[in-house]
Amino acid sequence: MAVATVPETLLAPAGLNRWDSPWLNTKFVSGLVMVVAVLLMGLIGTRFWPERLALVASSPINLPPAWVSPNPQFGPPEAAHPLGTESNGRDILAVIITGAPRSFQVGLIAAGIGMLVGILLGFTAGFLGGWVDNVIRTVADSVITIPSLALLILVSSYVRVVDISSMALILAAFSWAGPTRLIRAQVLSLRERGYVRMARLSGISSFDIMFREMLPNMLPYLASSLAGNVAGAILAATSLEALGLGPTRIPTLGMTIFYAISSSAVLRGMWWWWGFPILILIVIFTGLFLMAIGLDEIANPRLRGASADA
Amino acid sequence: MRGLTRAYLLRRLGMYVLTVWLGSTIIFIVPRLVPGDPVAAMIGRMSQSAGRVENSAEIINAWRARFGLDAPVPIQYVNYLRNAITLDLGYSLAHFPATVRDMVAQAVPWTIGLLAVATVISFIAGNLIGALMAWAPTPRWAKRLLPLSLTFTSIPYFMLAILLVYVFGFGLRLFPISGGYGRGLTLGWNLPYILSVMQHAILPALSIVIASMGYWALGMRGMMITNAGEDYIILARAKGLSPARLFLRYAVRNAVLPQVTALALTLGSIVGGATLVEYLFAYPGMGYLLYQAIVSNDYSLIQGIVFILILATATAVLIIDLVYPFIDPRITYQQR
Amino acid sequence: MTAGESIDVPGVNGAAERDLVLQVRDLRVHYATPQGDVIAVNGVSFGVRRGEILGLVGESGCGKTTAAMAILRLVQPPGRVISGKVLLNGTDLLALDERQLAQVRWRDIALIPQGAMNSLNPVMRVREQIADAIETHEGKQPKNVLHERILGILATVGLPSRVYELFPHELSGGMKQRVCIAMAIALNPSLIIADEPTSALDVVVQRVVAQTLLDVKKRLNVSMILIGHDMGLQAQLVDRIAVMYAGNIAEIAPVQTAFVEPLHPYTQLLISSIPSIKERKPLRVSEGLTHDLRRPPPGCVFHLRCPHVVDQCRVEVPLLRELKPSHQVACHRCELWMTPEPEAGATPTAAASSPLP
Repeated sequence: MAVATVPETLLAPAGLNRWDSPWLNTKFVSGLVMVVAVLLMGLIGTRFWPERLALVASSPINLPPAWVSPNPQFGPPEAAHPLGTESNGRDILAVIITGAPRSFQVGLIAAGIGMLVGILLGFTAGFLGGWVDNVIRTVADSVITIPSLALLILVSSYVRVVDISSMALILAAFSWAGPTRLIRAQVLSLRERGYVRMARLSGISSFDIMFREMLPNMLPYLASSLAGNVAGAILAATSLEALGLGPTRIPTLGMTIFYAISSSAVLRGMWWWWGFPILILIVIFTGLFLMAIGLDEIANPRLRGASADA
Repeated sequence: MRGLTRAYLLRRLGMYVLTVWLGSTIIFIVPRLVPGDPVAAMIGRMSQSAGRVENSAEIINAWRARFGLDAPVPIQYVNYLRNAITLDLGYSLAHFPATVRDMVAQAVPWTIGLLAVATVISFIAGNLIGALMAWAPTPRWAKRLLPLSLTFTSIPYFMLAILLVYVFGFGLRLFPISGGYGRGLTLGWNLPYILSVMQHAILPALSIVIASMGYWALGMRGMMITNAGEDYIILARAKGLSPARLFLRYAVRNAVLPQVTALALTLGSIVGGATLVEYLFAYPGMGYLLYQAIVSNDYSLIQGIVFILILATATAVLIIDLVYPFIDPRITYQQR
Repeated sequence: MTAGESIDVPGVNGAAERDLVLQVRDLRVHYATPQGDVIAVNGVSFGVRRGEILGLVGESGCGKTTAAMAILRLVQPPGRVISGKVLLNGTDLLALDERQLAQVRWRDIALIPQGAMNSLNPVMRVREQIADAIETHEGKQPKNVLHERILGILATVGLPSRVYELFPHELSGGMKQRVCIAMAIALNPSLIIADEPTSALDVVVQRVVAQTLLDVKKRLNVSMILIGHDMGLQAQLVDRIAVMYAGNIAEIAPVQTAFVEPLHPYTQLLISSIPSIKERKPLRVSEGLTHDLRRPPPGCVFHLRCPHVVDQCRVEVPLLRELKPSHQVACHRCELWMTPEPEAGATPTAAASSPLP
């Protein structure tokens, strides 16, 4: 009894439109918007705001932001320095515009290297198993346990950091352990999935399996991990800088905070000095964090807008 | 077989030893990446930044006598490890003849006190809040707190600390923002001192607690949601168990297990964050000592503090590892 | 409890009200999806007599587990019960509030879940999980009394007493399933719903668990709904069998009749596709297509696959009607192949051969 025409009941219902795409997750998108906003501000800002104002002694010192009522302790606010200046004569707005991209630079380089190493080691450990897996896992677990900031402080105090790239490299040395562990766990769980076993049975090479079958399925998860790692790297860099261990000749957000603290800006009430860098950093961190959570929800549909109803 | 088996114990101890060894080896290697005698190099660098170093000849001789710096590197390494095990960490360069061990020993109780209290409070409170946020009977206004904890999670401890210093120290002047206790107080177990200690600890502790609570809350909420569809929860509901019992003994009890694992894994970064908080508040713990060491280029003190930080963190993780099988009876069957 | 409502329930004609443990009437359950509701249970009605085992069979996705979950009020979002009545000993379960429901649960109606592997709390010992149920419904018990009682329950399902102290991960699959059975009988409920209790087990253990179920039923005279798709197992265990297709009940009959003289074309399909140990049969692949559960076809829900379909089937929904005592079918054409009822006084007997092909 062949069926000549397909009954209406078998057709997929209309209404599947692209706005239902899982990638349009609220958290992910809002995080992305925040991050892109800061990035744009940093990359394009220099066209509208002179970069040289971020240099020492380029501006009058200790000016509060333009909208604050004048305070006898400090100089008169000027429109030319809308976010104020600090006691070394740097314009805060210029510092933020030039500092934010540097934070991203550090974060991306350090986290990028960490992810690459993590993918390499994670796949190797997950796939090969045996003693290779044991060694990689044990070492990674050890490195994770060690408080990395402490070792970073040690290294930085000996190797005086002069620029962003060297700082990123130092950070990268400690940022591979987390991704390795996560990716290894993912590989182990995916390895037993049906489609991977089928691939192995059909004789596809391990390499192909890794990159054609497993990696595409892990992409949202990897992206989530990357966002988290970038945030972690930026945090580590900023922490080092806040202690005074960062590059001294280039204005970065962390070093600005350091100068603010060492000049007792907090107690003197010069909130704009440390306030705006911190604000930008909070936006960066929150944005990356939202991206990470959003990507996590994309990777694991169960977490989307759910609640554990009793 | 459940609980603490010998294999598990050995494995965890092995990890502990490996971690401490790895950390100390890195501490050993870093100064020697610079060619030459490490002590002279240290002093050389100190004098570069600080001008003439007092007692430099005495320091070098004392080091040599104690640590045999003329020996080849492998022997130095063995000596170094041996000294590390006995916690003989050398002399402070900036405060010679004070030993690193004595200086660190004064700071350790402050750091452990602050960290232990703050971590325990934020872990318990954070997980409870997270669990309640995922539980249907919780009123909706409470669930709106979710975005709020999201914000605080991404703020690093020390940035929150700066904000708190500004608001409470400069603005409202409610809490002391510096030091571990008020001036002019006699140390010891007397009430004014203890009260002062607690008063001074509030802001530093608050920075850590507020910033890390959100992390636990979010993680716990995620775990509760993931577990809500589990078969044993469905069966527990079918049994007509009271909501409280279901919540505590079935849902929370299982969801908290990965959180404990996460605690062990993130302890390293918690310690790092707390270090910065101490520096900001001039709280007399290891963090502030580390900062002072950096400023005065006291390299041996830096190395000593870093070693103790690694040792303390690894010990805390070991304790968590040893306690874990008692809360998760399955654990000795699988590798963690 | 109110005096039992009486409703006309097919399948129990002649049975007095007090004989009916469960009456389900026109139960409907939908699952919400972005593209519209999936109709999982489409107006299902049946009854379970005291002391009988009712089998509920059908292919995967036919709605049998959903119907059971709806009876227990365990349907999870995005599923929801649209309408219907579920009378357990006369009380409508769907109308109870949370507190009343919590009292009725387990004490009057219990569940043996499908995946015992994950149905036991991993961090609680067996004795604690059984004690949980007892103490929730009966209050705190003295320790030694509870101890003896739990050991007794474990013995009833044939588990050794050392299981008392064990954690779930220390038990084998069959043992876990029997612990679930033990938990279900702990409060001596009127009705137990067993959702594919043997599906996840190997054949040898299946037999042990099936035997345990039979023992339990004999000893406690508890009524059961046994959900499954293993026809052979159903034949050995149940008294009557209800066949579901795509959210509807196709046929309810005494089990032997269902195997010997299935009246609904779908039941015939099921029976004939059971492999036979005695004879070689051609593999019968059903022709036709299954439909999108969001848009059930007009008329009889099975008509797209039915070999006997006529125009009436495509337009008019067949109602479940009682064609012989205790035998209902939802089909327009089944009278054609039905053998007439024998003379009054004689009950339909099973064929000489065993019901198993």
